[in-house]
Amino acid sequence: MTREDQSAWRDTLRAIDLLTLDPSGLGGITVRARAGPVRDAFLEALGRLKAPLFRIHPAMSREALFGGLDLTATLSSGRLVETAGCLAADITPMLCMAERCPPDRAAELAAWLDDTRGTLVMLDEAAEPGEIAPPTLQDRLAFFVSLDPIGRLEATPYAYQGVKDAHLKLDDVETPKNAPDTLVSIAARLGIDSLRAPLLALRAARANAALEGRDRICGEDLETAARLVLAPRATVLPQQPDDPPGPDEQTSEPETQSQDTDTLRLPEEVLVEAIIPHLPPDLLEQGRSTQLRSARGSGQGSKRRSNRRGRPLPSRPGRLGNGARVDLVATLRTAAPWQSLRPKGRGQVIIYPSDIRLKRYEEKSDRLLIFVVDASGSAAMARLAEAKGAVEVLLAQAYANRDHVSLIAFRGDDADLLLPPTRSLVQTKRRLAALPGGGGTPLAAGLRHAGELAIHARGQGLSPTVALLTDGRANIALDGQANRTAAREDAAAMAGWLRAEGIPALVLDTSARPERALNALSKDLGAHYLALPRADSVTMGKTLERALHDGLDA
Amino acid sequence: MTHAFPFSAIVGQDDMKQAMILTAIDPKLGGVLVFGDRGTGKSTAVRALAALLPPIDAVKGCPVNAAHPKDCPDWANLDSKEIETRPTPVIDLPLGVTEDRVTGALDIERALTQGEKAFQPGLLAAANRGYLYIDEVNLLEDHIVDLLLDVAQSGENLVEREGLSIRHAAQFVLVGSGNPEEGELRPQLLDRFGLSVEVRTPTDIEDRIEVIKRRDSYEKSPSRYVGRWRKKDGEIRDKILAARESLSGIDTKKPILRDCAELCVALGSDGLRGELTLLRSSRALAAYVGASAVTRDHLRSVAPIALSHRLRRDPLDEAGSVARVTRAVDEVLG
Repeated sequence: MTREDQSAWRDTLRAIDLLTLDPSGLGGITVRARAGPVRDAFLEALGRLKAPLFRIHPAMSREALFGGLDLTATLSSGRLVETAGCLAADITPMLCMAERCPPDRAAELAAWLDDTRGTLVMLDEAAEPGEIAPPTLQDRLAFFVSLDPIGRLEATPYAYQGVKDAHLKLDDVETPKNAPDTLVSIAARLGIDSLRAPLLALRAARANAALEGRDRICGEDLETAARLVLAPRATVLPQQPDDPPGPDEQTSEPETQSQDTDTLRLPEEVLVEAIIPHLPPDLLEQGRSTQLRSARGSGQGSKRRSNRRGRPLPSRPGRLGNGARVDLVATLRTAAPWQSLRPKGRGQVIIYPSDIRLKRYEEKSDRLLIFVVDASGSAAMARLAEAKGAVEVLLAQAYANRDHVSLIAFRGDDADLLLPPTRSLVQTKRRLAALPGGGGTPLAAGLRHAGELAIHARGQGLSPTVALLTDGRANIALDGQANRTAAREDAAAMAGWLRAEGIPALVLDTSARPERALNALSKDLGAHYLALPRADSVTMGKTLERALHDGLDA
Repeated sequence: MTHAFPFSAIVGQDDMKQAMILTAIDPKLGGVLVFGDRGTGKSTAVRALAALLPPIDAVKGCPVNAAHPKDCPDWANLDSKEIETRPTPVIDLPLGVTEDRVTGALDIERALTQGEKAFQPGLLAAANRGYLYIDEVNLLEDHIVDLLLDVAQSGENLVEREGLSIRHAAQFVLVGSGNPEEGELRPQLLDRFGLSVEVRTPTDIEDRIEVIKRRDSYEKSPSRYVGRWRKKDGEIRDKILAARESLSGIDTKKPILRDCAELCVALGSDGLRGELTLLRSSRALAAYVGASAVTRDHLRSVAPIALSHRLRRDPLDEAGSVARVTRAVDEVLG
């Protein structure tokens, strides 16, 4: 067991201790871990919680979780029987496979947390970077620990004492006046938007003080709270504050003497420094992917309601016809309670039209990658060959993912659809090879073509994503005039249009030096910008592929 | 919850607070939609408002909170004419709720045990004369949202089922909240909400600190904290009550009507719902601030919350819809 492992494990145990002390105030803990001895040790430690753990699963029915009509018992006993639902009992629910939890179930659980001030443990078994436990719930749980980096545990060094006394103290722990200020400004510097985070951190600090037998929050408590609660939520690396940190060093001396005043001298800088090693290692990467997500990217294919195929959804009342399929079991369930009211046949079940329940399914639509390739003179000089290569690398991958691809090239004074949406790899390669270079850069025309194609494709049930490969020096306006200013304005307007239509996009800068105008354009597009000044086609393709998967598959 | 967080103690979020106060003054405004980030106090504000409103008088045991015995529905079979006071109802509509539970349906227990048809009122009945709150409205099944908006607009709930034909009053203020990251609301539904507010996490550090401090001391001792804010909450309540009284007497001059229409034309909002809501909400605001007639200032102040969700998406305009409304207001009203 390395030293990092030890300290990570100690932190995990500390989080459990704090949770045991203040289960309703802290909300719970999210654990990212694959099954293994470390996770087992963790779950064993969780046994400390007052309310016993109870496994729940995202696919459990509403009735099973929150209670409802118990149909079997109702029919057999002839009176209304309701089940309480497992969440009504005095338990700590543990949501397994939290990354598979659909948003509506997450919202129900969030409402349960808010109403009952319950405690929830989320087991996040995410393997892919795109998979994520529901943010609605994560926001409400104080702690997040990732057990995967912990290699192995030699013994379970789980010594635990003094919680009983701490319970008594919890309410009496004093809060120095500036403790909330410190936590809030640390949260702001780490780019944490939700105000629940500093609030939970404050509670964690208080619990930590009680656990240590203090009757007043001190700097160490704040550091622990910031490390356990705030650090995992960070979205940016902390920036230096505007005012110079000089005074902090000077005033750290009298700190020890002025203990009795109501404020606490807390060098915020020291706290931030202390938690920097605990920030998520892939912070930059994460920041990038959330940025992409908020750009409405869903390269995975958006969800469509359908009544024919896909993943089943709860059935709903409706009429027959229009190719709808009857959910026989649900229909019978609806009709069953009313049988004693309806005219009796001989052993027949009477079904009224209002009982009919229809099946519904949700399916993922196929993804369409629209490559918009700059084949102008400037690009041809620079990197057209690499761009073509990158598209091929990506195509191979797209083919494996069973995506559709399409190719638009712009050069001269207009853009052409070289390849309508297809799955044929061979065809694409042939068209790419034949793609000539030269002429002006009608960027706006290329974007307009891409937008039209994307909207059309969406109408056919595909989920389009636009990948723009260019060096960004737009010089031909939409009307075909060679006018740099007009060309740039037109390109920006088209980018805004694509964004308003909600078409996710990706901009790949192929110029020798990163082009500032292109960065601005990608902002207009709401797209992710990748500058690849010196990459060869394989690196370029790989990067593009990763960007599409990391960000857009979320 | 016995002690809701005090309304007046909510830091910032003035648009949201104003929208809620306006609907409390004129329930016919057609509900509020609050869209915004996680952890910005959306649900806190709804519960706070309900706690702030004065209790209502209702017939004892009446399932639809009727004010007079003659308004009680006959299916309730009430004999008593006693009047009791109840807190303003705030009904939570949980996600995954069934249509039966919302509108009311046959009483399953009586059907099974006594074999008789009886109506069991649903959430709409319980919300009459109060608030119906839907958290995560964007995740609610579309057909339930349709149904809710229909009832909210007509003020009456109609149930036809199993030979039962029931209608009862269902006048409530619909409050929907949600996080746009998890899915957007269809434009048809957006338009049906009277007011819409976008809330963001306050960017000012001092504000954020204040939020945390207040929330923390509230959680330590809710009753004591609520007591400390009782006076301020009372002031808002009195203003709302006074505004309700004076609402019908507010004068609306013809130029103001013209301004409303011109504003909506300039923004290209579909239908006339925009004008009506704009007028109603500015009238409610005039009543709240104690003015005798609607002025352009009132219009200016409510235009963003009354109109921003009724605009067509303009692909070539980067600015948010609130900015577009403000711009149009500046152009039209000068």
